Amino acid sequence: MSELSDLYQEIILDHNKRPRNFREIPSCTCVAEGNNPLCGDEVKVFVQLESEKITDVAFSGHGCAISRASASMMTAKTKGRTREEAREMSQAVRAMLLGPEVEPPRTLGDLVALSGVRKFPARIKCAVLPWHTLEAALDGESAVTTEE
Amino acid sequence: MTRSFDVHRVRADFPILNLHVNGHPLTYLDNAATSQKPRTVLQALNNYYEQQNGNIHRGVHYLSQIATDAYDRARERVAHFLGVADPREIIFVRGATEGLNLVAHGLGEILLKPGDEILLTRMEHHANIVPWQIAAQRRGAKIVVADVTPEGTLDLEDFYRKLNPHTRVVGLVHASNALGTINPVEEIIRHAREVGAVVVLDGCQSAPHFPVNIPKLGCDFFVFSGHKVCGPTGIGVLWGKSDWLDRLPPYQTGGDMIAKVSFERGTTFREAPEKFEAGTPDIAGAIGLGAALDYLETLGADNLVTAEKALLDHVTPQLREVPGLKIIGDTKHKTSIVSFTLDGVHPHDIGTILDNDGIAVRAGHHCAQPLMDYYKIPGTARASFAFYNTTQEADALVASVRKISKMFA
Ligand SMILES: Cc1ncc(COP(=O)(O)O)c(C=O)c1O
Repeated sequence: MSELSDLYQEIILDHNKRPRNFREIPSCTCVAEGNNPLCGDEVKVFVQLESEKITDVAFSGHGCAISRASASMMTAKTKGRTREEAREMSQAVRAMLLGPEVEPPRTLGDLVALSGVRKFPARIKCAVLPWHTLEAALDGESAVTTEE
Repeated sequence: MTRSFDVHRVRADFPILNLHVNGHPLTYLDNAATSQKPRTVLQALNNYYEQQNGNIHRGVHYLSQIATDAYDRARERVAHFLGVADPREIIFVRGATEGLNLVAHGLGEILLKPGDEILLTRMEHHANIVPWQIAAQRRGAKIVVADVTPEGTLDLEDFYRKLNPHTRVVGLVHASNALGTINPVEEIIRHAREVGAVVVLDGCQSAPHFPVNIPKLGCDFFVFSGHKVCGPTGIGVLWGKSDWLDRLPPYQTGGDMIAKVSFERGTTFREAPEKFEAGTPDIAGAIGLGAALDYLETLGADNLVTAEKALLDHVTPQLREVPGLKIIGDTKHKTSIVSFTLDGVHPHDIGTILDNDGIAVRAGHHCAQPLMDYYKIPGTARASFAFYNTTQEADALVASVRKISKMFA
């Protein structure tokens, strides 16, 4: 039960229910689509980059509470950052979810709530997908598929 | 002889039902994905490998003989289960998927021409869609899709409107794995035959739940998977009318399926079933499937129908009461499947939280994406009951689902 409440923390449930930046940015500079063919999660990430700075970021699509909350928190955290900072943050999140269990960097703040998925291997990919997709958008790729 | 039905005694036949999962007794409600196996099936598999293992149709030695006999008996057992007189119409395959691929491929070769139509329904499993798409592509034929209704039944009016003399094949699920809906196949088959269409029935979700009598149904092909009728994985059945099996080309080729092989004079094939069973088959699986069908017969088909109906009737009204819950496919004539959505909760979250309570359900699109698209949902949570489930397990499901509904409110 406690592992379950680690997964569905208040902040995750809140972002799931009221996702931030849950919209499309029709003519943005970078966009990528991510999907997970195993569970059908689909996410589209929109980034407005102005001289290396993320001035706006949003997402659309459908997925479980974990992927929605992850995407929502991601947009809240990366808005206003540089492309490089966003990439570093994404790598730190992925390391927190997929790498060896270590104290996550303080810079992640609220995002640490996502680490509850570590106890639910089948759900890790849900949390990772939006970040993968953000990185693809920042790299100028248009589509990613994760089964990891 | 059938014994009277006592669910607790029946459960004792299934070793896996004693498991604990996440600190709770296992509540296995994913029977539509695969059923659990009674001890007699496990013993048959073990006994085969300990006492009978030899390759079939090949050796003159003792083990080859008894393995061949046991394999042939399993074929007769399946024929009996389906009400089929001639066991040579029973083809052992890897599962329903392989059976459907075999038929779609074969009918593509001998039957389909450009402009022909293959009539499917929106509630088909991907296994009864994709092989037809491939066959249609190869032959220039067209897939036509009959609609479903918002309630989750087949839209018969639409179906009959789309059934016409160009319809060469009707591919139809007997009972839907995503909704539970049982289709009125006898009536449909009658109409399909009038326009001269070949009818392929996907019996994956009917064979495990109610008696199937193929001559009475009147279809041309029927498939089901062993692992869903308490048998092992890796074995399934394709039944085909013998005149079709005579005409259908082999699907795979090699040993056991040939009459004669010669570089100089060419190669000739055996007749069905061997023509369709190239290579060493899953001998143990076939024997295990035979044991599973024996087991079900001992319990009594009518007892199983009654027990599963009681579970469905017990759980459905309770689930309907849960705030935000919607049953997808809330129809009268259905198998013991409850597919549902909860407002604001993704099916995978339902699946994870139920699992945490030891309850196994399937969450997702159930290999029926066109159906999910129709309902404009990413998927459902599906609880599928078997005769060995109890009303206490149904109650545990309801309690957990209530908890989820509160948690996400
Ligand atoms: C209706 C239906 N058709 C086809 C299949 C495919 O069966 P299998 O995966 O055993 O080949 C299934 C099971 O998943 C099913 O429920």
